Amino acid sequence: MNPTRKRRLTIILSILGAAIVASALVVYALQQNMNYLFTPSQVQDGDATRYKNFRLGGMVKAGSIQRSNDSLKVTFTVVDAGGVMPVEYTGILPDLFRENQSVIATGHMDGARFVATEVLAKHDETYMPKELKDAMAKAHQGKHIDESAAQDKPQL
Amino acid sequence: MTPELGQLALILALLLALAQSVLPLIGAWRGNNALMAVARPAAAGQAVFVGLAFFILVWAFLHFDFSVQYVADNSNLQLPWYYRIAAVWGAHEGSMLLWVLILNVWTVALALFSKSLPDVFVSRVLAVLGIISVGFLCFILFTSNPFGRLLPMPPDGADLNPILQDPGMTFHPPVLYMGYVGFSVAFAFSIAALLGGSMEQSWVRWARPWTNAAWGFLSCGIVAGSWWAYSELGWGGWWFWDPVENASFMPWLVGVALIHAQAVTEKRGSLRAWTILLSLFAFSLSLLGTFLVRSGILTSVHAFASDPRRGTYILCFLALVVGGSLLLYALRAPKVAGGKAFALISRESAILVGNLMFTVAAAMVLLGTLFPLLGDALDIGKVSVGPPYFGLLFPLLMLPVMLLLPFGPFLRWGKSDTSVLSQVLTRAGIAAAACAVIAAFFVHGQLKSIAGVACAAWVAVGIVLYMAKRWREMPRGRRYPAEMAGMLLAHFGVALFVIGVLLSESLSVTRDVRLSPGQTATVGGYEFRFDGVTQTTGPNWVAEQGVVTVMRNGSLVADMHPQKRTYSHEQVQTTSAVDPGITRDLYVALGEPMDPNHVEGAWALRLYTKPFIRWIWGGGLFMMLGGFVSAADRRFRVKRETEAAQTILTPVRESQA
Repeated sequence: MNPTRKRRLTIILSILGAAIVASALVVYALQQNMNYLFTPSQVQDGDATRYKNFRLGGMVKAGSIQRSNDSLKVTFTVVDAGGVMPVEYTGILPDLFRENQSVIATGHMDGARFVATEVLAKHDETYMPKELKDAMAKAHQGKHIDESAAQDKPQL
Repeated sequence: MTPELGQLALILALLLALAQSVLPLIGAWRGNNALMAVARPAAAGQAVFVGLAFFILVWAFLHFDFSVQYVADNSNLQLPWYYRIAAVWGAHEGSMLLWVLILNVWTVALALFSKSLPDVFVSRVLAVLGIISVGFLCFILFTSNPFGRLLPMPPDGADLNPILQDPGMTFHPPVLYMGYVGFSVAFAFSIAALLGGSMEQSWVRWARPWTNAAWGFLSCGIVAGSWWAYSELGWGGWWFWDPVENASFMPWLVGVALIHAQAVTEKRGSLRAWTILLSLFAFSLSLLGTFLVRSGILTSVHAFASDPRRGTYILCFLALVVGGSLLLYALRAPKVAGGKAFALISRESAILVGNLMFTVAAAMVLLGTLFPLLGDALDIGKVSVGPPYFGLLFPLLMLPVMLLLPFGPFLRWGKSDTSVLSQVLTRAGIAAAACAVIAAFFVHGQLKSIAGVACAAWVAVGIVLYMAKRWREMPRGRRYPAEMAGMLLAHFGVALFVIGVLLSESLSVTRDVRLSPGQTATVGGYEFRFDGVTQTTGPNWVAEQGVVTVMRNGSLVADMHPQKRTYSHEQVQTTSAVDPGITRDLYVALGEPMDPNHVEGAWALRLYTKPFIRWIWGGGLFMMLGGFVSAADRRFRVKRETEAAQTILTPVRESQA
């Protein structure tokens, strides 16, 4: 092998090696940090059991916000058309957090409750995150199919 | 009547932009001087009409013309005049108008200062800028007209989103757009070079200050945005790896690579094709950034409501610009490419490694930002990528850059010997180790802080060594030309930034507490005493204002007044109180009253001490300054002056003959 080719080979091999290391790292970091979004009905259907941490999205149920008397603990209920999920959060809620507004909470399940480490409400009052809108539409659609399936069964 | 004039002005601007984009291109192709000469006057005329439209919108805001939908949506009678001006770019339609206005400012500046370049080339550059302008003007006219009427006219408008009623927000979008749009100059240059099939070093020299200035503006805009998020959002963070923040960060990263690659191309003629590719990327990412913020396709803390029609238009426009420019690149780049070879140990190699790292970092951020869309397309569910993804990969990618940084200036172009490098290695290495040991005594074993101090010392000592070398070896007046001074300033900014980030990340203390009036909480050695809440009013808000007294070792440090403002239309906005300092910030945000009917009782409060956080923005400002100082170097302008001198001389000689 002549020196030019040898040099080119080393360059190509080192670039290839760097690319492999980089992609392995990216894949690893992605796997560690992917957060899925589920609505309460999807969680109740068991879609989220595989994930330790995930994001819960839905509307804050009217009249469900309760504050603790001696700490910063807040409990509220997040609902979508077919599901209900009690949420517990300790800390300061965002300014736009209120009843009947959409929220996305990041956290994990603790028994039947969702323990949130972060709660997001939006800058804009009329705004609903697109992914939440889609997820809720999908959850409803799933519900719809379930219902129609349930209706179909007796006929069989 | 006036708003319709604004729309008419926009339509006329669109027609002129069409003329500016089509005619000079045909002229350059056919060698027709008359058609090429259209470019400059068309650009000037377009700028006049866009300026007029913008002025009419400002006028409508200042005179409460609520018959204009956009004005009624974003301002009301109580809004102070300075926020009414800022409201012009407070929402989608107006911010697009601002974008086009700034594009026109850059275009006119370019038309004025490009006399030294060949006419064929300049007419192509101006035509490309015209095409971009056509795209944006059509977008404004067909999907987001700021002059749409609202009938019947309401007696009072809604309100500017309270989160935007902040000095940082008046300033942040224009500066950021100056940066985004500034990259269009480098983009237009590259497209013109590809169309013409050649790129001369002198043109790159001419383009460099524009890129540096654009990058300086972008740095400034990002710093302003980060500062705004810190002071206004009440979370005390300075960067969240949020899609909208990433949107401005990606062009910045590619911009860093571009600045350095342009230096190589200008000085050595090498890496031409790479420089062109980077300028295409920088501008494409700027476009993506502009649109990500407004399209609402990604869940972001900064996202606003959107309109699906716009999304489609944006997607088509992006595909056209990115796809078209890459296609042109694929066809023509081999013709333009070329340059001198360089050895493994040379300044070119070091810059190339840095370039690769910055490009990969931008790609990494792009992947993480757009991953939710990818997840949607592949139907793997609603996914988002958490900040730790970026927090892990970004420092890893930047580590080689940090390690190489002190060597860069010492390396020679082409081929460099290693003796001077080992000297730098020992000196900067010893300095870094010594600083790390000293830091270890102060930070109680926080590894991140020690690493930050060591890294900053490594970079800063490298810069100081190089400054000393220049001082010894060069004659007075030629030691630090502006181009080099800018480089030194920006690299010094890196040192400041690194130390600020790592110290504040590892040493900050945050506590959410519940305090009754008179109670005290201790955070990071400071005692915060909550003295209750009083009512206060501003021009268009009422607020509950907390009184927090901060003591340390029995002596008063600061009186702080965090607010919870309620704007007209019942919008609530937290305004935090910050006591700034060089070595630490104290930060208090008011949460909510524990009992909503008892505001005089206990409240939730968020208390922070943030050591060295100001150094982060300080570092960013140094980088900005570096960009501007470099851009001001006389060397970039000298050629025009000598040429001008020649053209004056020639006729004289002729007349003598």
